[in-house]
Amino acid sequence: MEENTGSFAVKKGLAQMLKGGVIMDVVTPEQAKIAEDAGACAVMALERVPADIRADGGVARMSDPDMIAGIIDAVSIPVMAKARIGHFVEAQILESLGVDYIDESEVLTPADNDYHIWKHDFKVPFVCGCRNLGEAMRRIGEGAAMMRTKGEAGTGDVVEAVYHARTVLGDIRRLQNMPIEEVMTFAKEIGAPFDVLMETRELGRLPVVNFAAGGIATPADAALMMQLGVDGLFVGSGIFKSGDPAKRAAAIVKACTHYNDASILADISQNLGEAMVGINVSTMPEEDKLAGRGW
Amino acid sequence: MKIGILALQGAFAEHIVMLKKLGVETAEVRLPEQLDDLDGLIIPGGESTTMGKLMVDYDLLEPIREFGLGHAVWGTCAGAILLAADAHRKQPLLNLMDISVERNAFGRQVDSFEAALDISALKQADDAPFHAFFIRAPIIEAVQGEAKALVTLSDRRIVAAQDGQLLATSFHPELTGDTRFHKYFLSLIKK
Repeated sequence: MEENTGSFAVKKGLAQMLKGGVIMDVVTPEQAKIAEDAGACAVMALERVPADIRADGGVARMSDPDMIAGIIDAVSIPVMAKARIGHFVEAQILESLGVDYIDESEVLTPADNDYHIWKHDFKVPFVCGCRNLGEAMRRIGEGAAMMRTKGEAGTGDVVEAVYHARTVLGDIRRLQNMPIEEVMTFAKEIGAPFDVLMETRELGRLPVVNFAAGGIATPADAALMMQLGVDGLFVGSGIFKSGDPAKRAAAIVKACTHYNDASILADISQNLGEAMVGINVSTMPEEDKLAGRGW
Repeated sequence: MKIGILALQGAFAEHIVMLKKLGVETAEVRLPEQLDDLDGLIIPGGESTTMGKLMVDYDLLEPIREFGLGHAVWGTCAGAILLAADAHRKQPLLNLMDISVERNAFGRQVDSFEAALDISALKQADDAPFHAFFIRAPIIEAVQGEAKALVTLSDRRIVAAQDGQLLATSFHPELTGDTRFHKYFLSLIKK
């Protein structure tokens, strides 16, 4: 029997298994355990959640391998970790640690202002952020096996997550409805590889799983993104920067499953304690926004 | 015929696509009352700990167990873990099949693989090998009692087991375009 590891279908396959689930940012093995017990379908191991990266400033890099290894040992669910945009050596290190997915993430300080990692060269799958269809198509062209709309990480404000999800999903509806002779020019306009765009047109959705991220802080936020049509959720600072992380984490997991059932959503939204304080994106200086990183 | 797909988390939409290809009516199951008029149930791949927790929180564990005593149930990957009696770890299980499983038995995601399997149970339909995806897959370490090994790898490790109308697979037929395994599951219902 010939076994083929690291194929694109195998990389994409793990993301398919994560659908309908919540991937939570954790900074210690203890938090990873709380996330797993709350029903997270995976955890993102990092040294600082985006809210702290914002507060601390400075250069944000890949986390300490020892800390990532500790989280891998602590849980049975998949463990993801972040590499800087374009930093293929951080990605090589994360692959050797055995992380299950690498997030080439705008939350960290970019290592390359022009180019992303060529992700086809790796056996480990990558997830990348996008704000619109062109960006999603370029990342998939480079080998991303999963996408997430970016939102604005570390704010607790869902407005950008909604905007990016609506933009990507709206672009796909436009793509499907345009006559075939317009697709090449559309590809040129949005900077998309033509073959990936044609595949998306035929499928009527991104050819890989698409989660929402950046600013989800409540069960209602979670259900809003699911009803808009994403496949699942990343929740970063929203859980461990809140008053009662375990309770809020469990409630957001339930909201991701029962996103269409308002009475269940009402029930699980009760008495969750303080949500993360948050930053209003509309009053935020442009240079503080992370979503613009990525080319 | 109407088949339910447990839709708490995971790759339930892929199973629905496969069943629709076969012209079968489907229903997503998130609450116990949604089991009522079903002829069979599929528990998809995903994270068994997530699904197990949501099964406990929404009182699905015992109703699905009861459903499985009289109906066909198929678990793929995480679903196979949930059907088992033992997963060597403290987590909620349905304990419907007399099998024990080892989670993530092939390693982490970098060790996930695809392979062409020779499956004798599908032979009547077509001789072509079955293309199987193993994603952080479990193996079925042991089958006891009425449960029988249905598919083994060349090193004899068990990757599918059957006990009457109950079916467990380590791999994901829903990720292929090949409906033979889904047809095989439906054939168990007609019996």
